[in-house]
Amino acid sequence: MAGALNAALRDELAADPNVVVFGEDVGPLGGVFRVTDGLHAEFGEARVWDSPLAESGIVGTAIGMAMYGLRPVVEMQFDAFSYPAFEQIVSHVAKMRNRTRGRVTLPLVIRIPCAGGIGGVEHHSDSSEAYWTHTPGLTVVTPSNPADAYSMLREAIRSDDPVIFMEPKSRYWAKAAVELPVQTEPFDRAVVVREGTDVTLIAYGPTVKTALETADLASEEDLSVEVIDLRSLSPFDDETVGASVRKTHRAAVLHEAAQFSGYGAEVAARVTEREFYHLAAPILRITGFDIPYPSPKLEEFYLPTPERILNALGTWEWEA
Amino acid sequence: MRFNPALTSVFGRKMVPMSLNVETRAPVVLPDPEPLRLIDDTGRAVPVKRRQGFELPSDERLLELYRAMVVARRWDTQVTALTRQGRLATYPSALGQEATEIGSVLALEKTDWLFPTYRDSIALMTRGINPVEILSGFRGDWHSGWDPHAHRTSTQSTPLATQALHAVGMGMAAKLRGDSVATLTFVGDGATSEGDTHEAFNFAGVWQTPTVFIIQNNQFAISVPLAKQTRARTLADRAIGYGVPGYYVDGNDAAAVHAIVTAALDRARSGDGPTIIECVTYRIEAHTNSDDPSRYRSSSDVTEWKSRDPLERLEKYLVSQKMLTDAVRESINTDAEKMAELTRDEMNAEVSHDPMELFENVYAAERPGLREQRDFLAAEIAAEAAAAVGSGVAS
Repeated sequence: MAGALNAALRDELAADPNVVVFGEDVGPLGGVFRVTDGLHAEFGEARVWDSPLAESGIVGTAIGMAMYGLRPVVEMQFDAFSYPAFEQIVSHVAKMRNRTRGRVTLPLVIRIPCAGGIGGVEHHSDSSEAYWTHTPGLTVVTPSNPADAYSMLREAIRSDDPVIFMEPKSRYWAKAAVELPVQTEPFDRAVVVREGTDVTLIAYGPTVKTALETADLASEEDLSVEVIDLRSLSPFDDETVGASVRKTHRAAVLHEAAQFSGYGAEVAARVTEREFYHLAAPILRITGFDIPYPSPKLEEFYLPTPERILNALGTWEWEA
Repeated sequence: MRFNPALTSVFGRKMVPMSLNVETRAPVVLPDPEPLRLIDDTGRAVPVKRRQGFELPSDERLLELYRAMVVARRWDTQVTALTRQGRLATYPSALGQEATEIGSVLALEKTDWLFPTYRDSIALMTRGINPVEILSGFRGDWHSGWDPHAHRTSTQSTPLATQALHAVGMGMAAKLRGDSVATLTFVGDGATSEGDTHEAFNFAGVWQTPTVFIIQNNQFAISVPLAKQTRARTLADRAIGYGVPGYYVDGNDAAAVHAIVTAALDRARSGDGPTIIECVTYRIEAHTNSDDPSRYRSSSDVTEWKSRDPLERLEKYLVSQKMLTDAVRESINTDAEKMAELTRDEMNAEVSHDPMELFENVYAAERPGLREQRDFLAAEIAAEAAAAVGSGVAS
């Protein structure tokens, strides 16, 4: 997937002279996950460069560049390192268009490697999506596979809205045979990645793989699981999710982030409000625990697994 | 130097090669601890040897500055009065800071960009933005009222120092495109304690962006005096740590402010990088109308600073140069009264607000979820209107 992201950046840099890429270690090193590998050599210091090590500075300067007509793509290196930029993102990136009555658009992309499962030490495995999705003005998307990574990143760069682009670290090394360029569904659409009839698992980013594994495991127990990859967290695709729930009548939402006030709460509330009379059981949230993200040797106990998900589905009352 | 010459025409014009290497580090020295002053407290020109190499602006230019400062002060006073009358929710006055505000903003070219704070309304007025558009946020009509692109002036930033990074970023964009455009931003003395001030100074230094930082040291961050913000000798001393030239300036001397900001902007546009300028001045008014300065400063301090009034100083100088004839004074006062009257009239007019606009311009792309909420509010408003008609409230 890192290669697909790299190709998307390369193709956008080539297609639009206004696209610039900067951040920490994105130059000659090619980023700590090699997502910007080779771009500095190919496009030069004026298009791809290493910035000083300061996230508020990276996002704040990207705002000024976007106001001037550039399309900056910046990297936050790791999820928890985006927090110094919180003020710039929440107070300016998200609000500038509205504040100026549409006169100033900020076409910028903030790439954030996110979530855990890679044995990262503290501050390297956060799932911070709810901070961003709770902020009106931001578009928040997350790919779960290489084809989407390519297509969605290109779409994000071309979007006139600022986009928080969350890249699940555990999927960087995911392989798929994809012929580039590839165009998948528009990035505001959720996609049914596996059809089923009994349960809808609503997943995104790193938990899509977990959901698919759960579906495999469930089929051995004669349970037909439908898996939805949300792709876009804000906006939320009510239509696709609603259609699935009306079919299966049961849904669970998965994420790595802690449960309390997490993104799953929004999904559960939203789907319940709209589809209550189609539901046979309460919507479950199968998520991380309400604790700080654990250290590497304990993260296996924290992350939702197919077994834990199946067990949770078993807590529903099922007709004999 | 890591620069690919093949890319010099990426934007269809010559690009300034950018290097992050050590050889671009400029030798800089600590600013003179004696603030740069070109006209002293008594309105006399400072001897050439004490001007740190800066030239006194022409008498015509100084008259222009004076005119703009008188108009600005009259306007600021009018807006404060309107605020006391309840026409505005709040207004942070810049009374007493006219030399720094006007001296800086009149140094800008039309093509340059300004990144102001909430304190800098008089600078925006002087830049030619309609008063009603400036005061839109303070009256409560809409957060920001003007088109930033039309005036090359960003929105008034409330989160402290955040706008300084925008100025650096835009300067970088202009530099990458090879445009001769400078960016200027105001930062208050309190805001220099914010991390974004540090990041902006540092990014500007490393990238050598065409950015001029005006640290407007008006002595107070709401109630907290400068001594509680810094242990440094001057705020301009910080510049040396960023490898950026720093200047310490009498912010009540419009001639000095204008001369140094003009030079810094020229430097920026010629590709020689950023400048940090501390202008020492004083906030005569309260922080805003809801503040009570008697709790944290003595009236004798205010009286003392009033005796260093930037308008009186320039006026004395212009009188000594025989530039302020009765006819000129009258025309300046007419300008000032006209602007005050225009503002009074426009601010007293009732404005209609369209609640449906709340949902516009949150995103460029249409969102079904937001459309639902817009329809909900529209239905609620329509139902209330219908109920009012039904109950005979409306005639």
